[in-house]
Amino acid sequence: MRVRQSSAAALVLMTLFTVLGISGNAQAATPPATVATSADDDTIDVKGKLVDTREKPPAPVEGVQISVEDDAGELVGEATSDADGLFVIPLGADIDVVGETYTIKLDESTLPEGTELRNPDQVELERQVKISADISVTFPIGEGTVGTGWAVRALQLGVGGLVFSLLLAMAALGLSMIFGTTGLTNFAHGELITFGALIALFIDRLPGNITVGGMNITMVTAIAVAMVMSTLFGWAQDKALWKPLRRRGTGLIAAMIVSIGLSIFLRNLYQYFAGAANHNYSQWTSPSPWSIGPVLITPKDVGVIIFSTIVLVAVTLAIAKTRLGKATRAVSDNPALAASSGINVDRVISVVWAVGAGLAGLSGVLLGMTQGFDYQIGFKILLLVFAAVVLGGLGTVWGAILGSFIIGIFIEVSTLVVPAELKFVGALLVLILALLFRPQGLLGRAERVG
Amino acid sequence: MPADTTAPASGSEYVDRGRAAEARKALASVEHEPGAPKPDPIVVADEVTRQFGGLKAVDVAHVEIQRGAITALIGPNGAGKTTFFNLLTGFDRPNTGRWTFNGKSLAGMSAYKVARLGMVRTFQLTKVLAKLTVIENMRIGATGQSGESLARAMFPFFWRAQEKANTERAGAILQRFKLDAKRDDFAGSLSGGQRKLLEMARALMVEPELIMLDEPMAGVNPALKQSLLGHVKSLREDGMTVFFVEHDMDMVRDISDWVIVMAQGQVIAEGPPDSVMADQRVIDAYLGSHHDQVLDFEEEEKILQEAQEEHVKNEEEAQ
Amino acid sequence: MDILNLLSGSLQQALGPTAVVYALAAIGLNVQFGYTGLLNFGQAGFMAIGGYFMAASVATWGLSFWVGIALGLGLSVVLALLLGIPTLRLRADYLAIVTIAAAEIIRQTLGSVTLLKWFGGQDGLINFQRTFVEMNPFSSRVDLGIVAWRPFDFWLLFSGWILVAIGVVVVWLLMRSPWGRVLKGIREDEDAVRSLGKNVYSYKMQSLIIGGLFGAVAGFYVALQHTNMNPTWVATDTTFFAYTVLLLGGAARVLGPVVGSIVFWFLITFLDLFFGILTRGADPFMPEWIMTNQQASLMRLIIMGLALMLLMIFRPQGIFGDRRELAIDAR
Repeated sequence: MRVRQSSAAALVLMTLFTVLGISGNAQAATPPATVATSADDDTIDVKGKLVDTREKPPAPVEGVQISVEDDAGELVGEATSDADGLFVIPLGADIDVVGETYTIKLDESTLPEGTELRNPDQVELERQVKISADISVTFPIGEGTVGTGWAVRALQLGVGGLVFSLLLAMAALGLSMIFGTTGLTNFAHGELITFGALIALFIDRLPGNITVGGMNITMVTAIAVAMVMSTLFGWAQDKALWKPLRRRGTGLIAAMIVSIGLSIFLRNLYQYFAGAANHNYSQWTSPSPWSIGPVLITPKDVGVIIFSTIVLVAVTLAIAKTRLGKATRAVSDNPALAASSGINVDRVISVVWAVGAGLAGLSGVLLGMTQGFDYQIGFKILLLVFAAVVLGGLGTVWGAILGSFIIGIFIEVSTLVVPAELKFVGALLVLILALLFRPQGLLGRAERVG
Repeated sequence: MPADTTAPASGSEYVDRGRAAEARKALASVEHEPGAPKPDPIVVADEVTRQFGGLKAVDVAHVEIQRGAITALIGPNGAGKTTFFNLLTGFDRPNTGRWTFNGKSLAGMSAYKVARLGMVRTFQLTKVLAKLTVIENMRIGATGQSGESLARAMFPFFWRAQEKANTERAGAILQRFKLDAKRDDFAGSLSGGQRKLLEMARALMVEPELIMLDEPMAGVNPALKQSLLGHVKSLREDGMTVFFVEHDMDMVRDISDWVIVMAQGQVIAEGPPDSVMADQRVIDAYLGSHHDQVLDFEEEEKILQEAQEEHVKNEEEAQ
Repeated sequence: MDILNLLSGSLQQALGPTAVVYALAAIGLNVQFGYTGLLNFGQAGFMAIGGYFMAASVATWGLSFWVGIALGLGLSVVLALLLGIPTLRLRADYLAIVTIAAAEIIRQTLGSVTLLKWFGGQDGLINFQRTFVEMNPFSSRVDLGIVAWRPFDFWLLFSGWILVAIGVVVVWLLMRSPWGRVLKGIREDEDAVRSLGKNVYSYKMQSLIIGGLFGAVAGFYVALQHTNMNPTWVATDTTFFAYTVLLLGGAARVLGPVVGSIVFWFLITFLDLFFGILTRGADPFMPEWIMTNQQASLMRLIIMGLALMLLMIFRPQGIFGDRRELAIDAR
């Protein structure tokens, strides 16, 4: 239980650090005995890579002194970055170290001439060892942004928020479509998200890399397979479980409780096979960020933004333009009427389940890529997905997307004023306040909630 | 004028106390025009509108309902009748408008307060409390129960006597509606017609002055229809005012003292049944004004009836 | 395999303090969901408010234990009002989403580093149970033959089951009154009840508050049981387990939560011990490639999830319920 919370906190931290552009690869936790990941011993290190981001590709910075102090101010270890810009400082055995807080300091006077920290306030980083895993730190080096202003930080956070929003939107779209067509408030939607991430992990962990003409396409394959498998999973879930329940005339509340049971079942099944550890995919682990103006962004994030935008646009266009999309909206509007006007409601719902699950699975892989994941990543963000969907208007397509953007960006940007650990709290509060003033959601119709 | 609901305790026979004649006499001098003033209106509504998106579902400029009479509200599907009902009883909020009940303004009042004032409605799709027994359905209708306050609920001493009185009254009404045999059955086990009866009987437990019935005949089998008609007429004889929405034109012609016709949200005609049914505006409204062939009323009614049954069936399947 | 140990261990849990906690939480849910049809998915939030404010009153603010109890109860009423005002006029699923979100807000806030000095962050609070320990009339181990408890544990479950009994009687009295009839009416069709002149909103609020108070008491017990109050005890799954307990025993049945809790904890512990035995030791009965000892600890939750689904699909009235009186429209 304790591990679960800590990793939740670690996840939050990692998200934050990714957003700040100072994250390297937070190494996967050492799981107890089962699924072996990277770390091969019980020693926890602080490691990192110093690069000058002005260069393309970023150039390693050598000879910079880094020191680590414990919370009493005692020096624990020191290191100097090597020719690859790498440094490693051992902290000690994990049982002694987990739970402790360390301050990692960079000695600015040892920086080569002409280089300085991009963010002069970040000479020191404070990190708590939450799980038995190495700690990665990055000090972005380049041209000093003279006193990173409020606006720049907001912009930087906004970029992180944008990435998260897009992933949230894919998950939310599926949830909202399923709700719209079947009325089901699906508490097991989070497990569809996790499913995608885990399938990709399975592909990633297959021995060897998948290459085409020398290009490593392991992750690309993993994403594609995860999407296909998730789509099939959604379709099969509907066929095997939800469709028979609809046939029986199961009430919506009963179905909601069935979905809770399914969520508990799947979540623990995932843990059974994947363990409680935090996972990362093998490819694109520590990309050096590009700087666009004052903002740092990793190529991976750019990829995620472009890819998920394409997917979202494609799906919304399909809903708006294709016959099937129109049928979907008709079913959402009034299933009885749609059925009597010759629409095969069951087929539409089948497709919605498949597409919705595919989107959720895709969002899971991409989420795993951007911040690492464990067996309950979907469950952890489920409430945010709900918040996005309800905020935008339950059952509406554009509402889900709009809601996701508001929630996603709010979560990140709010950390300007709110402690990072409370950013989810802020987003959920927004949801409750929004319901007070506009219960049908931003784009929902008033009649629907009565 | 408190309604005397328990008086004809035995049988459902229609006891003529001459209230029908009284009501028709009072309405004789009223103009056959939309919004015509009545000699003794119980409800007066002005400028009531309700917009759904771009559609103005209800747009009633002025309408009055005569006290002590049976007034029917008819009109083609989508005319806004049920929406108007919902607005009057506080189940929906209008965009504009004001209306009074016994001279008291009801605008913005919650549905439960409207009911407590003595304006009680039933629903198009019956709303019996399925997992409660018939007698419990009845008891819940009684107003002013001290056992319904949390502070006293745990101590039967406070409410036992009242509960007994309510049960007796409920028993009498059930008998009148011939539901006493079903007294201890779950309401969910009743047939469609029996549910309509129970809902009406339950509404009487509130001791209403004005009872508003939303399609009391929908889904009721023909054998029960006649007795239901008798029940509605007897409400008037007991001093209640009845206002009902109905598609069954036999019923409208048979029991109503006055008919109000709505189309596209507006009141387009008013008058006694026969005069209204001959009104060109009404025929136009039902058939669309550009009809080239004149259907007689029977045929038209049949078509409407079928459409309605279809609609109800769909609704029920959708539930 | 020692069957007797398996059974006595399971029985120990089925009657123990954990079962008390979930019986109390489920009694609250029974009032809200079973009788009124309100989907409160934030019972863990009420438990958090109860447990944390009782604990913090003593451990952080140096107030009396009883002030802590009063504060916990009072604030759970406030929470019910705060949740009810925006959502009780809306459809059932909105209440579900808002309450589950609120519970998570409460849990993350109370467990945050920001409020560390009041609520102890992730480690939570300790040293608040002295008054409760001093009231303990039992000084020696209580041995009932098959099962035995330490004095403190027995005091916990003894006082706890008394509270459960009081709760059951209160619910029984309430639900046979006209007040309870209105709640059941609201569950069936709130518009019908409204059309009969009842202030539905007010009744829903009363139901939410009463259920929340039971949640707060469950929170007191969860804190006392562990002599520690931390965010783990009030996770989202806590609410889901309480629902499982309720549905197992039968919603809208006065004794449903009690029976449900006892059966639930018996089965959960049984499964846990059973799979533990199968995978225990250097040469376990179950080959390691099928199930390790660590994986065995998950079996109970996997089975529980499955059981909740099957229960809802095939026996929504609970194990002892009467299908005709089924509170939930499951068909």
